[in-house]
Amino acid sequence: MKYTDDHEWVKADGDTATVGITSHAAEQLGDLVFVELPEVGATFSKGDTAATVESVKAASDILAPVDGEITEVNEAIAEDPSIVNSDPQGKGWFFKLKLADASAVDALMDEDAYKALIG
Amino acid sequence: MDETAALRKTPLHDLHVELGATMVGFAGYEMPVQYRTGVLNEHRRTRNACGLFDVSHMGQVVLRPRSRTLADAARALERLVPANVVGLKPGRQRYGLLTNEEGGIIDDLMIAALDDHLLLVVNAARKADDVAHLRKQLSDTCEVEELTSRALIAVQGPRALDALGPLAPEVEDMRFMDVVTVEVADVPCIVSRSGYTGEDGFEISIPDDRAVEIARSLLGYRAVGPVGLGARDSLRLEAGLCLYGNDIDMKTTPVEAALEWAIPKVRRRGGEREGGFPGARRILDELEQGTARRRVGLKPRGKAPVREGAQLYAEEEGGEPVGRVTSGSFGPSVGGPVSMGYLPTEMAEPGTGLFAEVRKKRLPIDVHALPFRDARYEKD
Repeated sequence: MKYTDDHEWVKADGDTATVGITSHAAEQLGDLVFVELPEVGATFSKGDTAATVESVKAASDILAPVDGEITEVNEAIAEDPSIVNSDPQGKGWFFKLKLADASAVDALMDEDAYKALIG
Repeated sequence: MDETAALRKTPLHDLHVELGATMVGFAGYEMPVQYRTGVLNEHRRTRNACGLFDVSHMGQVVLRPRSRTLADAARALERLVPANVVGLKPGRQRYGLLTNEEGGIIDDLMIAALDDHLLLVVNAARKADDVAHLRKQLSDTCEVEELTSRALIAVQGPRALDALGPLAPEVEDMRFMDVVTVEVADVPCIVSRSGYTGEDGFEISIPDDRAVEIARSLLGYRAVGPVGLGARDSLRLEAGLCLYGNDIDMKTTPVEAALEWAIPKVRRRGGEREGGFPGARRILDELEQGTARRRVGLKPRGKAPVREGAQLYAEEEGGEPVGRVTSGSFGPSVGGPVSMGYLPTEMAEPGTGLFAEVRKKRLPIDVHALPFRDARYEKD
């Protein structure tokens, strides 16, 4: 699993990657009450806003960690956003991307680098 | 990112940190926005059992008549507030508004009558201005003293009496909006039966050096948990209560804000003590003729919260904004998003369908009666 400095995790499997937010991010955001997911088929460049989450307090953007096209979204978290809080790095995944460049994920942080980032 | 360096701390600051609070800057104070349990749990605990809130950042201001006669302080305050203060009996409290010459709202406040003085509780962000205003206008007849060495703790929810009762048996006889001077666990306190959540509950003014021990005693009761500013906001929003600076300000009048219930007949046109407060002409006219815009409840049809600043439109596409959202969040007890805002009066009828712009999309939203959730005050 790889990580971004926007506190997202990316798990590559061939030319597809699954994306979610880290446990640290879920904890910092607090109880989520709303998740807006992208449309399947939408394409994003790295850094584009691909999804939005809202806690009671505020809205936050979820950015595309790499370039790609959405192939699947996790409707379960739109139905019940608390799944993101209870299992952010498992059942609380956000979307799957068909990677524009399969090697792009390799350039992201590994777990040790991410742990160092969040202290 | 340390924005908390210059912030003031309340007497309960270290207790919040010990309880795992996330501290944020609010109105010049370092305050708990939530504890480890999270905003949703804190909100639900307040509705189902009892939440404990540190509201020590709010201003506690004594208005003491130089004559030592309560009625003189009441008459003086009526020059600034369109409420029936003269008719407020010792041991009772009521909500009021400080108005400006244009009929706008300087602050909203609670006014309590004690034996020989009035005790005002005002908003944290407004207290310096309020005190200056009160001193400037009322010093001829009253001394205005801000109580800077007292904490203020609120216990709110259906179990609030169970929590406070064992520490102060006298509070069991209190009704909603009663206020008494009473010992709480042998500490001299001023307790009112009121709050900002739409629930039964109490606010307890405590000498600051005794606040932690009383907070700990209350938290020792199993039904009670600490609640931060996050849930305080969602609770008051569901209850339809205004947040100064968001829903009311210097440019909103009491009638626009749908707060005319706070202005009794005796201060209205034809009343025994008609007018005589800043902005009276405009406010009295508006009480009779209405206003062009009104504060309303708004319920988004979808799941997305519609927050302060969102523009409101009559149509799904095109057109100019017809109004604006002033507060909005997720209402845990409503089970969906809830908002408040201002609309032209002809669109302010509950059920009116509108659109709110969120992230460049127009989402359907309906005008909704306030409160979103009925209050459960102890009125008998």
